[in-house]
Amino acid sequence: MPLKIVVCVKQVMDPETPVSAFKIDRDAKRVIPAPGIPPVVNGFDENAVEAALRLKDGGDAEITVVSAGDNFVMDVMKKPLSMGADRMVLVQDEAVEDLDGFATAYTLAEAIKKLGEYDLILCGRQASDWDNALVPLGIAEMLGLPCITMAQKIEVTDGGVIVERAMSDGYEVVEASLPALVTVSNELGEPRYPTLRGIMTASRKTPDIWSASDLGLDRARLAPSLELADLFVPVSDRQCEFIEGEDEADAGRQLALRLREEKLI
Amino acid sequence: MTEILVVGEAANEKLQPVVGELLAAARSLSASTGEEVSVAIPSAGGDEEISSEAIALGADRVYMIRDPLLAEPSLDAQVAAIETACRQIEPSTVLVGRTPAGRDLGPRLAFRLGVGMAQDCVQIELDDATQRVAATRPVYGGNAVARMIFKDANPQIVVLRAKVYEPLEPDSSRKGDVVAIQANLDASVIQTRLVETVNREAEGVRMEDAPIVIGGGRGLGGPEPFEMLEDLAKLLGGAVGASRAVCDAGWLDHSYQIGLTGKTITPGLYITVGISGASQHMAGCSGAKSLVAINRDSDANIFKEAAFGVVGDWKNVLPSFIETVRELVKS
Ligand SMILES: Cc1cc2nc3c(=O)[nH]c(=O)nc-3n(C[C@H](O)[C@H](O)[C@H](O)COP(=O)(O)OP(=O)(O)OC[C@H]3O[C@@H](n4cnc5c(N)ncnc54)[C@H](O)[C@@H]3O)c2cc1C
Ligand SMILES: Nc1ncnc2c1ncn2[C@@H]1O[C@H](COP(=O)(O)O)[C@@H](O)[C@H]1O
Repeated sequence: MPLKIVVCVKQVMDPETPVSAFKIDRDAKRVIPAPGIPPVVNGFDENAVEAALRLKDGGDAEITVVSAGDNFVMDVMKKPLSMGADRMVLVQDEAVEDLDGFATAYTLAEAIKKLGEYDLILCGRQASDWDNALVPLGIAEMLGLPCITMAQKIEVTDGGVIVERAMSDGYEVVEASLPALVTVSNELGEPRYPTLRGIMTASRKTPDIWSASDLGLDRARLAPSLELADLFVPVSDRQCEFIEGEDEADAGRQLALRLREEKLI
Repeated sequence: MTEILVVGEAANEKLQPVVGELLAAARSLSASTGEEVSVAIPSAGGDEEISSEAIALGADRVYMIRDPLLAEPSLDAQVAAIETACRQIEPSTVLVGRTPAGRDLGPRLAFRLGVGMAQDCVQIELDDATQRVAATRPVYGGNAVARMIFKDANPQIVVLRAKVYEPLEPDSSRKGDVVAIQANLDASVIQTRLVETVNREAEGVRMEDAPIVIGGGRGLGGPEPFEMLEDLAKLLGGAVGASRAVCDAGWLDHSYQIGLTGKTITPGLYITVGISGASQHMAGCSGAKSLVAINRDSDANIFKEAAFGVVGDWKNVLPSFIETVRELVKS
C-alpha cells in the first residue's frame, strides 16, 4: 500500500515584491496585485511538497496536492506537479476566494474528507500573505488528527511519523501515529527544481476542479470571524543620516566616530 | 462579570517572560472595560510561588489548572487544560503569547471553542463603536498593517507578539486570589509525544539579550566574512545575527536568523552589513533603538529604517570601521 500524502498548497502574492510596488486599496481593504509580478506557490508549501517527495523517494507514496481559491494561475499552480506530485485537486470557487483561516481550514478539511483515505497531511508552516499559521491547526482539529508544526525532517515508520521540529535554538523530536498532520518549515531544505521530464508530465495532467457545492460547504461557515476594519501601509518617519568620507574606508572610520559621539558604542 | 484571561505559560516552575507582557496588555485593556484580569496556569502541582509572581505582575486572580497529565511537557495536554478552564471561566478575552507553544495553542483553542482569533498582534484596545476588542497586526511580511475587530462570539482570542508590551514593575504588595481547577483530562487528549529536545548553545552573548547585534546578509557573499562580524561583536560585547538568505544558504545555522520567522531582537544598536531590509527581516528588529546600515545600494530598503548609513562596499567600509571601533573601545 502506498503512503497516501496530501499536501495543501496556497497561491500567494510574490512575497519578494519590491516594497515600492506594494500597494493597497484602502477602501476595498485589499492588496492591489503588482503589475507584471505573477503570484507564486507559497514558499513553505514548496518545502512541504519537497518533504512529500523525499518520502516518496524513500518508499512507495502517492502525493495529492490540494488548494482552495478562485483566481488560480495554472502555470504557477502546476509547479508541485512538475516537481513530482501525482495529482492535484483545486477547490475553485468564488465562494472560497480570500477566506479567513477558519473558513479555509473548514474548506480544506471537507476537501480532504472527500479525497477519502490519507495517511499524512502536509502544510506549509504559514502562508506568506497573512503569516497566520492557522489553517493547518484548524484542519487537524476538524479531522481530529495529531498535529506537529515546524518540521525540518520527517520520517515515516510503521504506522507512525517522527518529526524534527525546528526551534529557535535547535530542534525537538516529536512522534505521533498516522494519520497525522505536519507543517513544514524552510529548515527542511530547498525544494527541488522541476525537471524537463517533470514539466512534460505535469503538462499532460489536468487538475480535478471541485466547487463549493461539490463539497457541500455550508455558506454560513465561510463568513469571516473577525471584521477587517482597516488595512494600510505603515509609514516610517525615520530619516537616515548618510555618513560620507574621502573614500569608502574613510566613511567606515567616520561612522565609528559618529556612533561614539552618539554614545551608541 | 466577565474577565480577561491570560494564558500563563510556565517552564521549570517559572512564568515565561511573555506572561508579564500579556498581563500589561490585559491591564491596559481592563482600564477600558473595567474587567478583572486573571491568569490560567496549567500545572501538575507543587509550584505555589508562581501564583504570587503572576499577582505581582498584575493578575487579580490566578487559576492553577491541575492535572497529572501536565507533568510532562505536552502541548496537547496544555491545550486541553486551557480549553477546560475557558469553558468554566467563560472569559470575554483570552491573551496568549506568541511563543513556540502559544502560536499553536491560540489557534487550536479557537478552533475547539468555535470562535475567532487574531494571530501575532502588536496592539489591542477596546473599539469605541462596537465595544469589542480591536487587534492590530502586521501582515504581508510587515508590508502592511491590519486592524481587526472581533465579532460577538466570546472569548476573543488574541495571540500577542512578544517584546511589544513592557511588563509592569512587579509589586509584591498586590493582592489576588488563587483558585484551583481540576481539569480531569483523559489520557486520549495526548496525540503527540516529545521524544527529545536538542539545544544548540550559542557561544557568548545570546542574540535576544545582546545590547548590540551585528547582522550580516547575502551581500557578504559567503561564510568567511562573518568572522569579521564576530570580531566586531566581541569588541562591542554583542552578538552576531543574520538574514534568512544567509541561513538558507547554509553559511550560518538557522539559530542565527533574525526576522519574522527567526528571532526577535531588541538591542540598543543593530548594525547591518549587506542586508537589503526586506520587510520580513525588519519584522524581527523593529524594536532595535538605533539601526545602522552598510550597503552598497543607496536605494536599499534598509536605509528607510536606518538612523545612520554608509553607502559602499563592505570590503572597503568594514575593516576601517572595525579598526576605529577597536581604538575607541581601548581609549
Ligand atoms: C514568509 C517569509 C518569511 C521570511 N522570514 C524571514 C526572516 O525571518 N528573516 C529574514 O532575514 N528574511 C526572511 N524572509 C526573506 C526575506 O524576504 C528576504 O529574502 C531576505 O531577508 C533577504 O536577505 P538579504 O537582505 O541578506 O539578501 P538580499 O535581499 O539579497 O540583499 C543583499 C543586500 O546586500 C547588498 N550588497 C551586495 N553586495 C554588497 C557589498 N559588496 N557591499 C555592501 N552591500 C552589498 C545588496 O545591495 C543588497 O541590498 C522571509 C520571506 C518570506 C516569504
Ligand atoms: N487556500 C489554501 N489552499 C490550500 N492550502 C492552504 C490555503 N490556505 C492555507 N493553506 C495551507 O495552510 C498553511 C498555513 O496557512 P496560513 O494558516 O494561512 O498561514 C499554508 O502554508 C498551506 O499549506
